[in-house]
Amino acid sequence: MREHRRTGFTHLLRILVIAYLGLLVVWPVALVAISTFSRGVQPVLDTFAQPEVQFAFQLTAVSAFWAVLINTVFGVTISLLLVRARFPGRRLLSALIDLPLSVSPVVVGLALLLVYSNRTGWFGPALERLGLQIVYAPAGIVLATAFVSLPLVVREVVPVLSEIGTDAEQAARSLGAGAVQTFWRITLPGIRWGVVYGVVLSLARSLGEFGAVKVVSGGVALRTQTATLLVEERYQQFGAANTVTAYTAALVLALIAVVALVVVAALRPERRP
Amino acid sequence: MSIEISDVSKKFGSFTALADVTLDVPNGGLTALLGPSGGGKSTLLRIIAGLETADAGSVVINGLDATKIPAQKRNIGFVFQHYAAFRHLSVARNVAFGLEIRHRPKAEIAARVEELLALVHLSQFADRLPSQLSGGQRQRMALARALAIEPAVLLLDEPFGALDAKVRKELRDWLRRLHDEVHVTTVFVTHDQEEALEVADTIVVINNGRIEQVGTPDELYDAPATEFVMNFLGPVTTLDGRLVRPHDVAVEAHPHPGARAGRIVRLTRVGFEVRLEVGLDGAGAVDRPVLVTLTRTEARAKGLEEGSVVWVAPAPGAGTIAIGG
Repeated sequence: MREHRRTGFTHLLRILVIAYLGLLVVWPVALVAISTFSRGVQPVLDTFAQPEVQFAFQLTAVSAFWAVLINTVFGVTISLLLVRARFPGRRLLSALIDLPLSVSPVVVGLALLLVYSNRTGWFGPALERLGLQIVYAPAGIVLATAFVSLPLVVREVVPVLSEIGTDAEQAARSLGAGAVQTFWRITLPGIRWGVVYGVVLSLARSLGEFGAVKVVSGGVALRTQTATLLVEERYQQFGAANTVTAYTAALVLALIAVVALVVVAALRPERRP
Repeated sequence: MSIEISDVSKKFGSFTALADVTLDVPNGGLTALLGPSGGGKSTLLRIIAGLETADAGSVVINGLDATKIPAQKRNIGFVFQHYAAFRHLSVARNVAFGLEIRHRPKAEIAARVEELLALVHLSQFADRLPSQLSGGQRQRMALARALAIEPAVLLLDEPFGALDAKVRKELRDWLRRLHDEVHVTTVFVTHDQEEALEVADTIVVINNGRIEQVGTPDELYDAPATEFVMNFLGPVTTLDGRLVRPHDVAVEAHPHPGARAGRIVRLTRVGFEVRLEVGLDGAGAVDRPVLVTLTRTEARAKGLEEGSVVWVAPAPGAGTIAIGG
């Protein structure tokens, strides 16, 4: 009897979850796909011929690449520091790492403006004299993207690093390996799946970043307009062609995210020791 | 020669792990650091290896002051309790690790790895991953890996602690035979007195961060320096204010010189062994009965039964130690 009631309850829960996910995720995303092809395939193909669209995706890809690279290097370093080192303020640092997850990206963008704006920012004028423009330039986009995706690598690597422990590293040291050799030969292979997982998540997050990038980039077509900014701009303009462009770009972004998630799902079983 | 440890101290916060420890480990021997957990023996081993730094004191290895030398330059083989296998490398690559770091020629590495895997009976597992080995096999791999660098000293931290009793016994015998073959100065940490007595040439008993006694297994067993050592190395009982081993108590059904009268309150037989608890006449309620062990044959010859009146005394030549002395 109890067993039966439990199955009944499970069924109810399952239906609720599916309905929730369907209304919130699947249906809207499916509508994007349907709207993209509402006027046939030709307008979609035309979209990719537009220089603005090509530029936006290229800028997104390049920014995401640098942001992920920076976050991977810093993320692994910060993880090593958090797990292996004991220092005052370690827990504060750990809490700070999570900050980008909880702070609205728009706030992140504004904060970056305050620091790097070339007229009013703290560093901005000095950097501009050196010929470096951060705000309203690709560098600012990379910075904003790196900021919002900072915790993803750290949060994936820290648990793996704690789990593998220090025995193998100490064994490597006793066998004559220096700190750098130990890292490349023992530590990094030990945490590689955590790093890969973190990189994939960061990449997905970086490609889709909108708020912070919008504030710092200015969103000028063919100069600082990323794919997400392009979607917003085209959607707000008049004309069917612009709408199709917006939907097409949105669909491509969604497909990349789906591929990233599939990759993650495929990697997950590999994470056993 | 070999390892000279002088006045080594180590604290973790307010906890004293080692207090002024001085010890000479003989060259070529198999030495056991024996003591209860938390007694400081593993810390001492890790200080010798350079995996831990001493707060004070010095470590001299083969005449060379190693106190300030980092672990990777000490040329010490270290075997961990939980194997510390390199999980992403094959058994052969694990063993080859130290040689690869030293940039030895490929052919030399291959030959040496083959030789070592034969020594630890793992030749047929060369291409497996550590996760495909049993605990005992992993520990033999770790040993081969440590031996590969031809270490000045081989250190083992509770090497058999994570293994089940049968494998532990096998590996223990095997380590003894291996040491007789390779002759490298070896120090191992254990909390198992039987393991130390069986395998080691020299035993160092460590408790509360201090060395209680150093000696051969026989010396320690026959002439323990302290109550702690006597207690730790085997069962003891109290008779006339002295600690004595239960099998060193002479028990007779008639009075004999220096013996105290009592009554057998409990008799247990475990295989060939008979264990007696003798309540002495005039003993208070808080006094614990004297424990005596003898063989089944002896007990039968003397006609001992529960309730029998007996006289007990330390056997002639028995090692005893005064309590509180």
